[in-house]
Amino acid sequence: MAIELHPLEQFTIERILPLHVGGLDISYTNSALLMTIVVVLITALTVFGTRRAALVPGRLQSFAEMSYEFVANMVESNVGPEGMPYFPFIFTLFMFILFANLLGLIPYSFTVTSHIIVTFAMAAVVFIGVTIIGFVQHGLHFLRLFVPEGVPKILLVLLVPIELLSYFIRPFTLSIRLFANMLAGHTMLGIFAGFAAIVGIFAIFPIAVDVLLLALELLVATLQAYVFAILSCLYLNDAIHMH
Amino acid sequence: MDLASAKMIGAGLACIALVGAGIGIGNVFASLISALARNPAAQGQVQPFAFLGFALAEATGLFGLAIAFLILFVF
Repeated sequence: MAIELHPLEQFTIERILPLHVGGLDISYTNSALLMTIVVVLITALTVFGTRRAALVPGRLQSFAEMSYEFVANMVESNVGPEGMPYFPFIFTLFMFILFANLLGLIPYSFTVTSHIIVTFAMAAVVFIGVTIIGFVQHGLHFLRLFVPEGVPKILLVLLVPIELLSYFIRPFTLSIRLFANMLAGHTMLGIFAGFAAIVGIFAIFPIAVDVLLLALELLVATLQAYVFAILSCLYLNDAIHMH
Repeated sequence: MDLASAKMIGAGLACIALVGAGIGIGNVFASLISALARNPAAQGQVQPFAFLGFALAEATGLFGLAIAFLILFVF
């Protein structure tokens, strides 16, 4: 039984504008194009949504206000008022991932977040930033984060390495969670679409499954953006309040 | 055993990871339902955590699924 399925084909990066500078390949790719669209869309939403602010908001304005309030509440309840200086960063992160995930669901478009390098770059920024914030706010006292309180001294030999490991594994779990969700979801859609191509008249069943999966993916796309943002908030809370 | 069949078996074994995700997601929503049955007023406070738990539990299973896809289609 040799079925030719190419569900991973949708993740190939293609050069739209080939560009080489001194041995570096900085071509404008379909990934970069999608990122540009995402940034333009978010900018348009926030600019046009708040330009003529009415007392009774229209559709665009209420969407802009709802997303602002949603993220502001998330930062406020997870980090507290001390976290509000970092609200613009969390808001950018959330909106970028949300729009990238949702645009990726459009057939024949490209999912930026299905590439580990993109998600890892974002997770690394969160990790490095949070660590710097921790050291700036608490100095060397920040290292107390790795020493649980009220634990017998003998157990610390075991617990400190575990705490260190669980701290340094954060950027990896944060990035792999988003990447694996997007990769698995889109590959699943691709596999069922491939089935539809080979079973002839019975193609209606794989396509029906694809429709249902698309609904699930819509949920997952929103949820993963939320999870990424809320975990960033929790890490920030750790750095600011030390447990 | 040739490489192609070993790949198939490996991918199938990697999918066992989804057992844990299934149990986890079931647990999350079972707890949500029993919590809301006891105190329906707590819905606003409890539901965000339930969806966070759902996403975290689902992600662990997807790690295994991603490995299965890698085995099948990349190597």
